[in-house]
Amino acid sequence: MRACKLFPALLSALLVAMSASSWAQDTLRLLTWGSYAPENVIERFEKETGIEVEVTYSNNEEMISKLRATGGGGFDLAQPSHDRIHAAQLEYNIYKPMDLSMIDTSVYDTSLLGAVKENTTIDGETYSVPHFWGTSGLVVNRKEAPDLKSFSDLCDPRYKGRISMRLKRTILIGMGYAMGEDPFAAYGNMTEYGRIIDAAAEKLIECKDNVKTYWTGGDDLSNLLRSGEIVASDAWDGTAFKLNTENSDINFTPPAHGALGWIDTFTLPRKTRAEEAAYKWINFVMQPDVAKMMSSHSGYVTAHRNGGDLTSDQLKQSFNDAFSRQDIANIKWFANIPPGLEDIEGKVLERIKAAR
Amino acid sequence: MAYDLECERVRKRFGAFVAVDGVSFRIPRGSFFSILGPSGCGKTTLLRMIAGFETPSEGDILIKGRSVLALPPNRRNVKLVFQHLALFPMMNVEENIAYGLRCKGMAKGEIARRTADVLERVGLPDARRKDIGQLSGGQKQRIAIARCMVLDPDVLLLDEPLGALDLKLREHMKIELKMLQSRFGTTFLYITHDQSEALVMSDRVAVMNDGRFEQVGEPRELYHHPKTAFVAGFVGDSNRWPGRVLDRDPAGMRVETRSGLIFIADVTDGGIGKGDAVDVFVRPESIAVTRGEGAGGQDASGETNRRTGRIEGVLFNGANTRILVRTSTGDQIEADLPQGGAEANLGNGDPVTLTWKRTGAKCFARAGGTQAR
Amino acid sequence: MTRQHVRRLTLFMLLAPFLLWILLMIVLPHLGIFALSLREKVAPLVYTIGPKNYLDFLREPIYWNTLLRTASISILVTALTFLVGFPIAYYIAKIAGRRVKGALFLACLIPLWVSDLVRAYGWMILLRETGVVSSVLQWTGIVDGPVELLYNDATVVVGLVYTVVLFMIVPLASTLEGMDDSLIEAGYNLGGSGFTVMRRIVIPYAMPGIVAGSIIVFMLTAGSYLTPILLGGKNSMWFTEQIYEQFITRFNWESGATFGILLLLFTSLTVWLGLRLSGQSLATTVARSEA
Repeated sequence: MRACKLFPALLSALLVAMSASSWAQDTLRLLTWGSYAPENVIERFEKETGIEVEVTYSNNEEMISKLRATGGGGFDLAQPSHDRIHAAQLEYNIYKPMDLSMIDTSVYDTSLLGAVKENTTIDGETYSVPHFWGTSGLVVNRKEAPDLKSFSDLCDPRYKGRISMRLKRTILIGMGYAMGEDPFAAYGNMTEYGRIIDAAAEKLIECKDNVKTYWTGGDDLSNLLRSGEIVASDAWDGTAFKLNTENSDINFTPPAHGALGWIDTFTLPRKTRAEEAAYKWINFVMQPDVAKMMSSHSGYVTAHRNGGDLTSDQLKQSFNDAFSRQDIANIKWFANIPPGLEDIEGKVLERIKAAR
Repeated sequence: MAYDLECERVRKRFGAFVAVDGVSFRIPRGSFFSILGPSGCGKTTLLRMIAGFETPSEGDILIKGRSVLALPPNRRNVKLVFQHLALFPMMNVEENIAYGLRCKGMAKGEIARRTADVLERVGLPDARRKDIGQLSGGQKQRIAIARCMVLDPDVLLLDEPLGALDLKLREHMKIELKMLQSRFGTTFLYITHDQSEALVMSDRVAVMNDGRFEQVGEPRELYHHPKTAFVAGFVGDSNRWPGRVLDRDPAGMRVETRSGLIFIADVTDGGIGKGDAVDVFVRPESIAVTRGEGAGGQDASGETNRRTGRIEGVLFNGANTRILVRTSTGDQIEADLPQGGAEANLGNGDPVTLTWKRTGAKCFARAGGTQAR
Repeated sequence: MTRQHVRRLTLFMLLAPFLLWILLMIVLPHLGIFALSLREKVAPLVYTIGPKNYLDFLREPIYWNTLLRTASISILVTALTFLVGFPIAYYIAKIAGRRVKGALFLACLIPLWVSDLVRAYGWMILLRETGVVSSVLQWTGIVDGPVELLYNDATVVVGLVYTVVLFMIVPLASTLEGMDDSLIEAGYNLGGSGFTVMRRIVIPYAMPGIVAGSIIVFMLTAGSYLTPILLGGKNSMWFTEQIYEQFITRFNWESGATFGILLLLFTSLTVWLGLRLSGQSLATTVARSEA
């Protein structure tokens, strides 16, 4: 009798122990952006592959810092933007080259794939493939601010206290373009670049009174616009499109001087423990139906060759409402950041924050 | 006659509980007055009402002839020596004493002069700079008194301040306190549960029980002529027997205890009649002890009670010797042996004869007639 | 082995976890941070040793201004926390009944049940332009239009006081709890007014608790991150934010480490000054001697 009772108990204990040990291998630790890993996609992936997905939300700077602190460990797959990989890899050696044979590259939009490859190839090894692309520009409540069309319009005194910004490098570069400069072209020349962003900073300090607060995340920004506390901000187009579906007055506005384009990638951290699972995830999310689920959730367009169609009708409408053909042609794609640039920019951003 | 402190029908209720039940008394100027009672009798509440920390539910309190009910504690000129003294630990001796003077807004030089003066008077002229932690128990005691006396209070209240001291020091401090009181000439109101403290130091003592004063009088009077069973039992040591009145005449009465012992006793309460339940109190020192069984048996006629029995225990405490005697009826009687003489060397098992006068036995009606104890 | 050896070994074994914790979690990381702060970046992947990071701090007014601002607001928060916390602690220790006491302690604990972030968001929901307080004020007609209560220093101070007030109340209440009521009564009996009793008896008695509470509150405030940033908005300059920026945004670990060391030194200095001015020592604060 006793043995009969003991056996199932032992068995279950063993099962628990086994599942605990297998957990390490069958888990994908994903370091990504907010809204890039919707619940329903994760559920389907876990059901199909038996691999659990553990998501950590982050941004470009934090991704690099986290991986730098561990020498590329702690995560199995990361999603930095295409321009932030080259320098980080050279300086901190935190990524691992991709085996492109593991990925079905035929589903990608060739120009996006080509651009990412070009940006992230070091010594003949490619480090990244694209996932989402999008642009940074303006989100505007057109009813409240009908003629706000450029980054420099954010400084219009009419909108005093009703503007927000994200105090990161994008605002410096956007303002640089609005002032008639070409910051990306100046990347190679630190003095020239320094001059451009110093001028941009001057302007931003001057119009600090216009700013209600600096936003830090997409939810933050959405709340400010939704409640009507601000009328415009610099923004990612996806966030703006999502707001457009709630309130048709609010939409993305590509600035006259061109929206700033970025491609968020899939990149392997150097000490990834679940490379195979990572490839599985990459291939999984690029399936047309999954890509559509993801795109409708995040508001961004995937790098799938039919990316523009693989999204919700509402988002398609918002996109077409915001972008003309000419706007798309006018997108300024972020160039690879040379090492040390962030330090210079950081100091300028601090100056803006400290100004009264 | 001038009174420093008068209480008129002071009553204090806490909800349904009556802590102080209509107490009235007057303390003449310059005297040492004690309130003696068991813990929980209401004496501390009474003291706190006088100091102003509690407000009476009824009645009036007058200091130097003026009602102080409307005055907050810090405006009454009665100072209190707390049970645990409550010296301020973060101040040194001088600062402790100067505290009250500074509250009055006195000039610095004057404060220093008075502080030195009062320290001189309590016999600690060199303690000024000492921390409270460096003082002995007796020194703390004197500083606590000095801290109050420097303010020249109308009445000094003392809340069992000797309780925390060891026996030797307590005996010493009793005398010291009495000396200090006569030196300062201030009215002292001292509360205690220790009858020896009250008897030794006081000019007058009030015995308090259940929120009421049982008896107020000079120590001698309380000791020798208690008016109630409670006073007789609480003040000094006594043999106590519950019993019933057999018969009485103007001179006294005969009482029978439950064990069948028969006494003749003095009547202290005119209301007692035949058949009433009473307590009989006999002090050990009123009992004379002689060696041998003599005539044997018992006798309770005329003016004298006589018993025989055997010694069961001898309690020697230096100044006197007490014996425990078991009588033939099975009762236990405590008696004191005289110093020296033939009876001084009595030991366990020795037969003795105990005799005491009728006037040595006090008889009181038992409250409610119930068979307590 | 002699008995003394055995006893020594036992003592060592008992202390080992504590010593390891101190060594691994406190001493080594700080040494590491200090070493990092002395590293100078010459070019990518090329470093030397020197005081450049510290000199940079002194040369850049933004940095030391932020540090001074952080310190002065922290001192203000500490003072306000004392003013708010003392009456509560006094009530809990000396006036409240047993049951009320427990309930009050619990009420003070509630803010700690949710994370810093949630707490800050709670304040934002209340205080934002379209938030609860602004709506109520408009509804009652006290103000005409929406009022923005966020993004200023006063809000930051209020939010910080709210977060740390418990750490002032607990040591204060426990010190006051140990105070014999008769000391207060003696203070009145000897002629002191309510103010005098507070100033000359209660506060000096509670000094070790006040100092302990103030040290904790000051350190927590100076080291806080989310509350000042979220409630302070565009003008919040807080030193921890500088450290974060150095490490995360600028990838400048060397200067981040320098700032960390400087924050530690500066707050320690402030605490030391506070102890000197109040005439207390750390020893009496930790374990007060009975008089």
